[in-house]
Amino acid sequence: MAAGATYEPIATTTLTSAQQTITFSSIPSTYTDLRLVIVAMATSGTIDTWLYMNNDTETNYSSTRLSGEGTTASSARITTSSQPYDTNLASISTLPCLITHDIFSYAGSTNKTWLTTVSMDKNGSGVVHRYVKLWRSTSAINRLDYTAATATTFAIGTTATLYGIKAA
Amino acid sequence: MLVGNNYYIPPAFESIATATGTGSSGTITFSSIPSGYKHLQIRSIATSSSSYGMIRFNSDSSSNYVSHFLYGDGSSASATGLTGLTSLYGPRADNSTYFSVGIVDILDFDSSTKYKTIRVLTGQDSNGSGLIMVNSGLWLSTSAITSITINTQSGNWATTAQFALYGIKEL
Repeated sequence: MAAGATYEPIATTTLTSAQQTITFSSIPSTYTDLRLVIVAMATSGTIDTWLYMNNDTETNYSSTRLSGEGTTASSARITTSSQPYDTNLASISTLPCLITHDIFSYAGSTNKTWLTTVSMDKNGSGVVHRYVKLWRSTSAINRLDYTAATATTFAIGTTATLYGIKAA
Repeated sequence: MLVGNNYYIPPAFESIATATGTGSSGTITFSSIPSGYKHLQIRSIATSSSSYGMIRFNSDSSSNYVSHFLYGDGSSASATGLTGLTSLYGPRADNSTYFSVGIVDILDFDSSTKYKTIRVLTGQDSNGSGLIMVNSGLWLSTSAITSITINTQSGNWATTAQFALYGIKEL
């Protein structure tokens, strides 16, 4: 069997000022999967966040979600949506939210499916989410935009790193 | 390390092998898995005429497998546990226009003193239906894992089904 090192960082950013969108563009097509790791905080209140593929903000997204919020487990779905939703991020800078996106066969010519994990604990409250998401497009992904809802922003110190994973 | 250079960090995540469905077989096999890693990870994107890929280690077809599940179908969350299985529930593999995806972590796979535990995150969404699942699995064997088969529950893996095996090192 062949063995080759992979799981390579493609790009990373740490916010030095509040920002609504974190963009990774010109993503090379040389990997098999992408993995986006975000440690995020909101500047105030809580914010909704979305991950857009190739800056497509049309209703081409859907997802199935499994959640636990400390007392109960639940499941929900969105269909034909323009908002590939993750979670409500906390505003407390010392209690960040960990978010991962595993995007499979991102450079291929099939519709794109990905897995999202959201883990956030606020010492008395919190959420854990697991999603499977679909972008109904056969285009290769060359850009990702991680966006906070209108009029909200990610706080200073929010980090996002994009990794590439290449199969043998 | 030379002055002015960064520390060299040896790569810890390596691609070991890939396997693709043939359209005429319901089995994916990774054999002769090398030692030298601490954990394994399988990443899959697949369709088949099955619901799940069923994982078996070292061709052990006895009732030596146990699984616990937590899953959501878009309207409710459910949990269950199964014992006495002849293989472990692995990645989803729905027969759909839209692919199922999965990540299977196999921990301490070459230990000769521990039973082997896996964790799975897998799902499929079809814009109106689908399922997301997390599960744990246990193989009641202290043998080091040297081969992995992923079988459909029925039918064949599509030619578009892809499985990639990775090894994760420790220092």
